[in-house]
Amino acid sequence: MHRHTIAHRHCSVFTPSPKASRVVKKIICLSALASALLSIVTLTGCGKTSPSIKIGLNTELTGEMPAVGASSKNAADLFVSQINAAGGVKVGDQTLPLQLSLGDNGAKADQAAAVTQRLISQEGVVAMIGPNASACAIPASVIAESLKCPMISPWSTNPKTTIDAATGKPKTEVFRACFTDVFEAQVLAKFVLNNLHAKTAAILYDVSSEAPNGQANLFKKTFEENGGKIVGFETYTTGDRDFSAQLTKIKAANPQVLFLPAYYNDVPLITQQARRLGITAQFVGSDAWSTPELIKLGGADVEGAYFCNHYSNQIATPEATKFMADYQAKYGQAPDDVAALTYDAFGLLTEALKTAGKLDRQSIRDALSKISQFNGVTGTMKFQPPSGDPIKSAVMLQIKDGKFVWVANAQP
Amino acid sequence: MLSYLAQQSINALQLGSIYALIALGYSMVYGVLTMINFAHGDLFMLGAFACMILATLLPVHLPFVIILLLVMVLVGLLGTAIERFAYRPLRGGPRVSAIITALGCGLLIESLTLVKFPYAQSMPPLFNNTIHPFLGLTISTLQILIIGVAITLMIALDFLIRKTAYGIAMRAISFDARIVPLMGVPVNRVISMTFFIGAGLGGAAGMLYGMAYPVIAPLMGVLVGWKAFVAAVIGGIGSIRGAVLGGFILGAVEVMTVVFLPSTYRDLISYSLLLLILIFKPFGILGSPPNQKV
Amino acid sequence: MSALQNFFARATLWRWPLPILIAAGFAFSGFAPSLLNGYTQFILITLGINVILCASLNLVNGYMGEFSVGHAGFMSLGAYTAAIFTTRWSSGDPNIFFPAVVLGGTVAAIIALPLAILSFKTRGDYLAIITLAFLMIVKSAFENLQYVGGPLGVLGIKPLTTLPWVFFWVVVTIWVIRNLVYSKFGRAIIAIREDEISANAMGVRTREAKIIAFGVSAFFSGIAGALFAHQVQFINPSAFDIVKSTEILVMVYLGGISSLGGSILGAILFTLLSSGLEPFGYWRMVILSSILVGLMLFRPRGLMGQREFPWLLPKGELSHRQKKR
Repeated sequence: MHRHTIAHRHCSVFTPSPKASRVVKKIICLSALASALLSIVTLTGCGKTSPSIKIGLNTELTGEMPAVGASSKNAADLFVSQINAAGGVKVGDQTLPLQLSLGDNGAKADQAAAVTQRLISQEGVVAMIGPNASACAIPASVIAESLKCPMISPWSTNPKTTIDAATGKPKTEVFRACFTDVFEAQVLAKFVLNNLHAKTAAILYDVSSEAPNGQANLFKKTFEENGGKIVGFETYTTGDRDFSAQLTKIKAANPQVLFLPAYYNDVPLITQQARRLGITAQFVGSDAWSTPELIKLGGADVEGAYFCNHYSNQIATPEATKFMADYQAKYGQAPDDVAALTYDAFGLLTEALKTAGKLDRQSIRDALSKISQFNGVTGTMKFQPPSGDPIKSAVMLQIKDGKFVWVANAQP
Repeated sequence: MLSYLAQQSINALQLGSIYALIALGYSMVYGVLTMINFAHGDLFMLGAFACMILATLLPVHLPFVIILLLVMVLVGLLGTAIERFAYRPLRGGPRVSAIITALGCGLLIESLTLVKFPYAQSMPPLFNNTIHPFLGLTISTLQILIIGVAITLMIALDFLIRKTAYGIAMRAISFDARIVPLMGVPVNRVISMTFFIGAGLGGAAGMLYGMAYPVIAPLMGVLVGWKAFVAAVIGGIGSIRGAVLGGFILGAVEVMTVVFLPSTYRDLISYSLLLLILIFKPFGILGSPPNQKV
Repeated sequence: MSALQNFFARATLWRWPLPILIAAGFAFSGFAPSLLNGYTQFILITLGINVILCASLNLVNGYMGEFSVGHAGFMSLGAYTAAIFTTRWSSGDPNIFFPAVVLGGTVAAIIALPLAILSFKTRGDYLAIITLAFLMIVKSAFENLQYVGGPLGVLGIKPLTTLPWVFFWVVVTIWVIRNLVYSKFGRAIIAIREDEISANAMGVRTREAKIIAFGVSAFFSGIAGALFAHQVQFINPSAFDIVKSTEILVMVYLGGISSLGGSILGAILFTLLSSGLEPFGYWRMVILSSILVGLMLFRPRGLMGQREFPWLLPKGELSHRQKKR
């Protein structure tokens, strides 16, 4: 470091008196110590509570997609309060209340891993719901698998969450409440070809994030298999704000459809820059678009875009209608698909708890894999062992007048 | 191809102007205190948020220039306050403590903003942005505005540094800080002024960046702050002209890399270039080696 | 002073408990799986890794007086090397763990050599920039290397990091760095911090000292990275970015520069606060950064300053300091 600083002036404007400085030093040391002690207390956990069924919720409360985490938590709270108001869940010959153990993964992979460890090993949850983002769900699932604790991800669509990377076989402990990217790619490709009558498409995706990367590659494969042509396949990295280079290349290829499998915080920037450059292609998105924040941030540029989703609040099944009314009453806003899927994940777990008859992770896991019909908010689903992926249908939505509007159903 | 490159050059100019404005803040503070103000990137972020708050919460619709000036003044005052309470007490001590305190202040600003705005916010458009076709290229009013405002501010700063008493005092302090108080210069006031202007420029850059990419989030200053710091060093830290040069070079490299390669190579190329420049010109392009007395 | 205070003052100078404590530590960590739950073990392993990182950065930033922000790069080199070694180049059984970790550290140390050579001519803030550039280049290189998974990283790493291994490496790190600092090379490193030109003029071999400092520091950062990879079972380039480097920096300056005891303390404090304050959501960072700013304002040199625990000092150094008093 350079020596010639203003380093030899000893008269600083803010020199506290020696006694005051000792006192302040003591205060700082004590507060640091107190925080450390507080941390130790929270880390080791304390106190015993009355018997209940502990379920872990590993979700993105802070970080890049807090709206996703908030939806998940809201749905979880709603479900738990409803069940407990009705007395609890009948497991064997006991009726026990549910208890939620919350963990924040900050939308980061290593934090998700730490939270999974904490929930399973320290909190001793019988099962874990979440994470939602595939980048978090995949590492969490590896840990859940090795610790032999059942895990249901409400929203992660990437196939790797339930497939063991080393063996290629499905994991035993990991399930999900939503369909996978493989199915979604087929739905989207068929929609673009048959409903939109578009033969050429371009894709702009985040190569450094699991979900968009997987979806882009699957869509390309499925679209080309069904007779379409991908004329542009551009990438960006998480955190990029400027896409003009990639969009200019796409504009030159003149696609009819621009597929953007991005999370809700990237979509507004991309669509705005695309329109400004004069791209007139039809925007098509993935299920990651489903957060209402997207309309708030995207405004007029996302108007008219289509995307694939897990449920629509315009499809009036009895379960869905009741859920939407309850959610609206409690939180003052309509639930999005993350909320609906979390609610269904809890529903699946409760079904399994009742069938299993005991609070044992292995029995719960076996009961989950055998669920043959579950009427959830997001439709009917069933599991076919050994796969942890449910068989269920999808919907196509369009953004019209600043709202999500139902367009079509898609069966598996 | 030529028109494509020209189009991207306009993008490079836009990004470069913003980097240059932020880099100026770093260089000014470094020149006067030989201290790297790591909270500067977060002041940039606050500029964007201040603009958003002013544009949405005020009942009156203010014109662009007024909001710009308000943002600059507000962020400038915050910068001065940080200097007064967090950096000045450490002036006599080891340099590293001041740097770490700056880091801590930056983290504090980020976390407080996160508490208030956990979700990303949308920056409302301040005026009607029209696209002008020009010689086969498309330029928007926004781009012209950003480049224009940045250049105006830089020229104003240059005038300030070279022609006003405060500017001369700032430069004097950067030459030899020990003699300057003996000449009757109110060093503390000049340093506060430096921070005010530096932070103000950073806040202006934040506002312009927020207008160009209208989704703002509390952590947007982290990466941009480090990049602008790199730009300041490429140009020669402590040198005002160097900061401007470095900003435009970095903007050009970042935009042009994505033209030819996938965007994942962008950081690789930018930082390798930086390394190369530093190997051949260890003190930056326009910087000079410090006089080290043994 | 009363007899009791006298006793305590002399007790702090006892050195014979040290080997007993280390043995007890090993025994405890061996029995840990049956005593502690998985999460507490997880935190303790993180603690150990942070101590290693802190001590290694302290060598360059504290004792040599530089400002390196690139140590997350060394960590990632060690992590990736060890991960690829255990997942692709070998069977992945526990016997392979020690060579894998050492390999990780060695690769990091080798790549630190060009950085050390660059530091011959460049000092101070410009060297800080060079370390930043190094970090970004390493991160970007891994993002573009499809062989290591590109931006998506390496999945399915076996959980080979156990508490005994971490404790072992912590002891080795502290022991090696302590002996280095109080040796001839350590004196050279401190001389570089104080006044490099004078040191050169006095015949101190500064170039070798720099190579050794960077090499050893990178080696142990790489070790920490390898241990980290086998703890979280999943690594990607963004786990080793500027934020991680900043965290290590904060730990070092919190605990006290050029003080190994300070490194241990800083790492412990930071790890406990970081994980314990998790329930507070966004307020966690507010509390952490406030503590940092407050500490810097009132103890600019960190908690321990530049002092050292007496039981960490070698015998000769201890008696030397006692004589000075």
